[in-house]
Amino acid sequence: MTETTYRDAIRQALLDAMQADPSVILIGEEVGLYGGAYGVTKGLIDLFGAERVIDAPISEPAIVGAAVGAAMTGLRPVAELMYVDFIGMTMDQLANQAAKSRYMFGGQIGVPMVLRTQGGTGRSAAAQHSQSLEAWVLHTPGLRLVMPATVNDAYHLLRQSLTQPDPVVFIEHKGLYTMKGDLDVATPDGAWGQPVIRRDGHDLVILSYSRMLHESLAAAERLAESGVDACVIDLRCLNPMDEAPLIEAVKRTGRAMVVTEGVVTGSVASDIAARLTEVCFDWLEEPILRVGGEDIPIPVSPLLERASIPTATLIHDTALWLVTRKAPPWAA
Amino acid sequence: MTLPTNSAPLARYRTMRRIRSFEERVGELFLKGESAGSMLHLSIGEEAVVGMTDAMQPGDTFTTHHRGHGVFLGRGADPARMMAEIAGKEDGYCRGKGGSMHIADRALGHLGANAIVGGGIPHIVGAGISYRNTRSGQISVAFFGDGAMSQGILYESMNMAALWHLPVIFCCINNQYGMGTRVDRSAGNRDFPARATAFGLNAARADGADVEAVHDAARSLAAAARDGRPGYLEIDAYRFFGHARMDKSPYRTPEEEVEGRARDPIARARARLAETDAATAADLDRIDGDAAVEMDLALAHAIGAKPPALSTMFEDVYAPGTPAPRPQAERLAAILGEGARA
Repeated sequence: MTETTYRDAIRQALLDAMQADPSVILIGEEVGLYGGAYGVTKGLIDLFGAERVIDAPISEPAIVGAAVGAAMTGLRPVAELMYVDFIGMTMDQLANQAAKSRYMFGGQIGVPMVLRTQGGTGRSAAAQHSQSLEAWVLHTPGLRLVMPATVNDAYHLLRQSLTQPDPVVFIEHKGLYTMKGDLDVATPDGAWGQPVIRRDGHDLVILSYSRMLHESLAAAERLAESGVDACVIDLRCLNPMDEAPLIEAVKRTGRAMVVTEGVVTGSVASDIAARLTEVCFDWLEEPILRVGGEDIPIPVSPLLERASIPTATLIHDTALWLVTRKAPPWAA
Repeated sequence: MTLPTNSAPLARYRTMRRIRSFEERVGELFLKGESAGSMLHLSIGEEAVVGMTDAMQPGDTFTTHHRGHGVFLGRGADPARMMAEIAGKEDGYCRGKGGSMHIADRALGHLGANAIVGGGIPHIVGAGISYRNTRSGQISVAFFGDGAMSQGILYESMNMAALWHLPVIFCCINNQYGMGTRVDRSAGNRDFPARATAFGLNAARADGADVEAVHDAARSLAAAARDGRPGYLEIDAYRFFGHARMDKSPYRTPEEEVEGRARDPIARARARLAETDAATAADLDRIDGDAAVEMDLALAHAIGAKPPALSTMFEDVYAPGTPAPRPQAERLAAILGEGARA
């Protein structure tokens, strides 16, 4: 067990995977000499050379397309997309090629690649460098989707992604890179596809992932001061995702909310709320709430940016409202 | 009498004839209502692509566009399994999941036909990285049409291939049409090889009516590619028929079609083989007859083959042994079925 950062845990996972498996290569913009826009791949080109750490021109579609072809022919590429906001550029290669090859070709040709990228707000990076676009990925059969929230998960979920036979989209959060935490390279927080209960409680369930997990945990501490005992579950893997622990927790408490940074409409939160409502309907005391980003592009002003996504205060107040039916001061 | 077997031009003639016969049977499959796909794109007139496929070696890989039947047959496909796939049958190459536009075969190096214009092109860049890194000596070839000359990903891929000295070839089968738009209505400058040389590729254009000219250019490009010098080959051909089966080509004149169809690579090869005494008219007739019989059998096989079991629908979205999609009926039963409610 060592204390490290989210960024270094990801770097360590890449390093360990590349040492263990010579077929692992990295390809992306600035992954080599620059060391990655957020420093995740720093020094790896010195250790593994330019044939395995490939600095690519600014050609996102062909970066992902090349990773697809490399994966089809025996390599295990990790393509880096500097910002998830650029995923629109790559959507054909991701959604029509990587995701569908195994199926269209009758199971003959798998695409065992990982697309590493990062998203989210927190750096005042404005509308084209701050989004949470995981719903676009989740909507495509054939892709796996992982969003680590903790240092230990940043390492282990990436190592696990690099053993998957199918394409994995691995979305980091730019606001977590400098977060410190314990890394135990021998022990993952949970198995692939398993949600993890980060805090148990019996009054309501807060389901979250990525950076919003930490806002949810902070909210839960304040809820405890208000006499409300919240269970906080980290979804970690959005595909595959074992729903059984979620269903169990929702049936047990009768109240639930899903907290995400992505805009609410058409979101992962909407889908999870619908899935849980379908099977937990008779056990629910209240509708399952979605608390997410406002339905707007992310504004650059730090004040507006912070107001556009959920905060611990919003989560706390909403949970209290859900449990006590007492409206918070900001409710109209 | 046995046919001569040691003559490569004759073998290429045979392959071209088999491609044409195959495509004619695909047309019949469609007319009989037995084709699974509503979209069928025939490569009649473009058979000289065999000049390129013949320059490849076992172990080499390739991707194709949506008009790729000829390429696949050129690389050794079994026409019965191809036809079965086009008919959406279980013993088709892709278990009836891909059809004409998404056929593939790992064993023959076919990494996949693609229905997104230019979609399969960057995959050879990745294959090229694999072969470069492992020094395997293989090459990878992307086959596409002139329509893809207007897609940005082609140029991103050409740049990477040249930049990283990858063992790949970009092969444009220019049949003059992207659907109904003739190339002079889609390109301001039709000197496509110049685009490739601008990126640092070896480039050549060959007469698509002359399979031997295509083959000569392809051999030299393939040798260079194997050596880390990627190439571009343009096969200047003519699409004899419409874009797809229902297309009656209202965008071009009958005169143009007559002129275009006169540039027939099969007729040209046949004349040359007869001229050079490489084969007699009887030999060539026998090749034609054998191809017709083979493709009749492939057609009959496809029509008689079993459709896939309904349960296969959920297979191969993900690898076997990993979490699979949940059938909707099962999900609904978990909500509304007996014992589901409190």
